[in-house]
Amino acid sequence: MPNNKQMYDKGKVLAGIIVFLVITTFPFWYNRGKAAPVPEPKLTEKAKAAKECIMPKEEIRTEHMQLLDEWRYTVVRDAKRVYVAASGKEYLMSLSNTCMDCHSVKSEFCDRCHNYSNVAPYCWDCHIYPEEKK
Amino acid sequence: MERSRRSFLKIAGISALGIGVKPVLDVIAEQHDEAVEPIVKKHDNALTAKRWGMVIDTHKLQSEELFGKIINACHHTHNVPEFKNKLHEIKWIWLEEFQHTFPSIDAEYISDHARSSHFLTLCNHCENPPCVRACPTKATFKRPDGIVMMDFHRCIGCRFCMAACPYGSRSFNFRDPRPFIKEQNPKFPTRMKGVVEKCNFCEERLAEGKPPACVEVSEGALVFGDLDDSDSEIRQVLKENYTIRRKPELGAGPNIFYIV
Repeated sequence: MPNNKQMYDKGKVLAGIIVFLVITTFPFWYNRGKAAPVPEPKLTEKAKAAKECIMPKEEIRTEHMQLLDEWRYTVVRDAKRVYVAASGKEYLMSLSNTCMDCHSVKSEFCDRCHNYSNVAPYCWDCHIYPEEKK
Repeated sequence: MERSRRSFLKIAGISALGIGVKPVLDVIAEQHDEAVEPIVKKHDNALTAKRWGMVIDTHKLQSEELFGKIINACHHTHNVPEFKNKLHEIKWIWLEEFQHTFPSIDAEYISDHARSSHFLTLCNHCENPPCVRACPTKATFKRPDGIVMMDFHRCIGCRFCMAACPYGSRSFNFRDPRPFIKEQNPKFPTRMKGVVEKCNFCEERLAEGKPPACVEVSEGALVFGDLDDSDSEIRQVLKENYTIRRKPELGAGPNIFYIV
């Protein structure tokens, strides 16, 4: 009767695990230290002058997609178009007309982070963004 | 120490589980702040009604020039593309001959004038809209104020609504419409390929307190108002004039009335 405490083909198994780990982690250590720098969206003069967005910077950064989704729902379904910010200021709920009014250079604002994080929102299939002067 | 493969796998499995569970627990344990309900509202000067409707006075609406002006105003406001190919045509407001506008009227000896006239047609914003019933995604819906609206975000392009609409008021984007828009209006979105579109009774203008674009340039030939309000201008016009509607026998309850 074989010794059931024994691990058969120990060498091959361990070598196999090591090879597997090396291959699966290859992209991580191969690209180590070469990570693309986190992009900083560039604000236009108008956005800088406004000083505040409709929400605090940290919140709008992480939650603008949920906000835009709610906006599209309330505007289209409930016909409510005015958003009252925490500061009491009123904004028209419109991507093209409100957001893009301040953040008018899409390639230096929206696209920087979207390209970095590899997301392709389909807003621009229909919504028009301001033309950029070269 | 001699170890069996069985016990090796057990320990490896438990360790992997232990490492994997930590981040999941962290996420679950994270405190979520109660989201504050944001305040959203309508414009203070938004036009409201219980049942929007329109009267088209065909006597005042005869010249090609006026037709062109009305159609252009609508098409420019809503970024409606202009395709050369009739099969790709996008219609929000368009012209139709008598027998196509009112096919149920027996027109055997109809006057030459009626036979040769063109009639302005648009979405009828029906009381009982068949397109809304047909839409499988609720992209088309009826608002409490009577406007039959489309949520373009949600349209999957199945075209059931086009089959359901008895007035041909809906058009499908067989091609990307963007290159065919003469002059883009940045205030209103365009559509994309694979989406159905139609007249929205200028709901985006009503929200700002403005009348529909076609009414604004119609020189009084189009009267827009609340059919539910007996004191409204439109009800006065309906009281004083004999009006007909398109295909009323179908029971859709069109809200566009024609003085003929």
